[in-house]
Amino acid sequence: MNGAAAAHAAPGFDVAAVRRRFPVLARTIHGHPLVYLDNGASSQRPTAVIDAVNDYERHHHANVHRGVHTLSQEASALFEAARDSLVGFINARSRHEIVFVRGTTEAINLVAQSYARPLFEPGDEVLITHLEHHANIVPWQLLREQTGIKLVIAPMDTRGEIHAGQVEALMGPRTRLLACAHVSNALGTVLPVRRLIAAARERGIATLIDGAQAVPHMPVDVQALDCDFYAFSAHKMFGPTGIGVLYGREAVLERMPPWQGGGDMILAVSFAKTTYNRLPYKFEAGTPNISGAIGLGAAVNFLGTLDLDAAHAHERALLARAEAVLADVPGLRLIGTAAEKAGLVSFVVDGVHPHDLGTILDKDGIAIRTGHHCAMPVMEFFGVPATARASFAFYNTFEEIDLLAASIERARKLFA
Amino acid sequence: MELTDLYRDVILDHNRKPRNFGPLAPADASVEGLNPLCGDRLTLRLRMDGDRIAEIRFEGQGCAISTASASLMTEAVKGRTRAEAQALFDGVHRLLTDDAAPSEGLGKLAALSGVREYPARVKCASLCWHTLASALHCSGRAASVSTE
Repeated sequence: MNGAAAAHAAPGFDVAAVRRRFPVLARTIHGHPLVYLDNGASSQRPTAVIDAVNDYERHHHANVHRGVHTLSQEASALFEAARDSLVGFINARSRHEIVFVRGTTEAINLVAQSYARPLFEPGDEVLITHLEHHANIVPWQLLREQTGIKLVIAPMDTRGEIHAGQVEALMGPRTRLLACAHVSNALGTVLPVRRLIAAARERGIATLIDGAQAVPHMPVDVQALDCDFYAFSAHKMFGPTGIGVLYGREAVLERMPPWQGGGDMILAVSFAKTTYNRLPYKFEAGTPNISGAIGLGAAVNFLGTLDLDAAHAHERALLARAEAVLADVPGLRLIGTAAEKAGLVSFVVDGVHPHDLGTILDKDGIAIRTGHHCAMPVMEFFGVPATARASFAFYNTFEEIDLLAASIERARKLFA
Repeated sequence: MELTDLYRDVILDHNRKPRNFGPLAPADASVEGLNPLCGDRLTLRLRMDGDRIAEIRFEGQGCAISTASASLMTEAVKGRTRAEAQALFDGVHRLLTDDAAPSEGLGKLAALSGVREYPARVKCASLCWHTLASALHCSGRAASVSTE
């Protein structure tokens, strides 16, 4: 790595300008400029998102879809405008296909309970992969207890790759659903979801993609993917916490019973019978996270102001640099070396436990995630209790990658 | 607060060369301690001589704080009675959570005082002590404790 390379971002992308739009990036931590490399856990918010939420709270808050008064109508209009932004963001066919949920976890649970549970018979199979986040394992284990389905796990190789052929080989006559990550949160592996979805559709198998780690790093087009469900969270794509989206193909959502009962999901209630509301409200019982949805809409609009091709190219350059720089750290082993990766490096360092590394890096202002990343089967596969993970956003710089490597080197020396 | 207040030489040394590390057979109690958040995992085994801890050894995987704490603990409690071990546990607990806690009578265990500045790491240091408490409580049968 030479100095000239360190001084520049990927061509055509003005990182400094982007960084100015994220106020927290001006912070110092323990006297050092913040180096925020925990975007895989939660990314930071741009001013546009903070202001949108603030403006709503100050000037437009009321309950949505209920009042005839001005504030309620303003709140409803802002809330629904956010939904419209999301239609464009993932290229859904219509706003009926965008269900607001608390996040990816709730989206997957919704599909398990509202789509799979009424339909699946004992012995039916749900196919997942070895690298899934716990949020795409546990809901199916709960479903297994409830219905007697089988959970089938597609293998991962020692680079952390999932091979489409091996997944397809597990698609059998009883397979009802393929549920898999688009991008692995623990390893960064990009899965061959397009091919997997096509193979599933040929066999009449429904598909659910956990896109939590994909939407911040790549364009997602649900029509091109042709999946039945796609789930993601706002807070990993520069929006607020507690809000996310379940995309569902309209025809599939129509056939599903509601997820929870309450307000907003009904048209009429008597003690004899309830008439459910139309899509997407059928799945949005109770007063929603209005400010969260508005913040998410603002995050989508913010992304629309960037040259996303250049931003994503910059992220690929960050990843390449991180892999190159970390390869030079003695005793450092990358966990997850798939040919196609997005946005993160997971690693262990000989003689330095990840948690000690996390504490030491924090002293230098560097925020990384340490632990099992809610993917304990992945940790077990690689024979480690935990890893350190640096995960990137387009506002990170080459200099920050070099600071990361230098700080790891200091930790290594402390424990040598 | 400097890093060296947390990672004191005693801690680095006990992490590098944990004392009383390895299996123990036969044992009167064998208890697994688990910190699910971090994946820290240790197995503590002890042999009693009446009310006294005659032998104590541990195995497992953990960060420097948890490994050093377990190593220091085994040295501190070997040969002690249950009541004495409990008194040390209470002393360490105060040391880890209370800024004004005295470190007299704790000997080398006082090296853990820097941990209290790092609330996320207190569990690392206390895991072995909770495991010991469980082992003393139920010597004779298998058990496990968790920090969550």
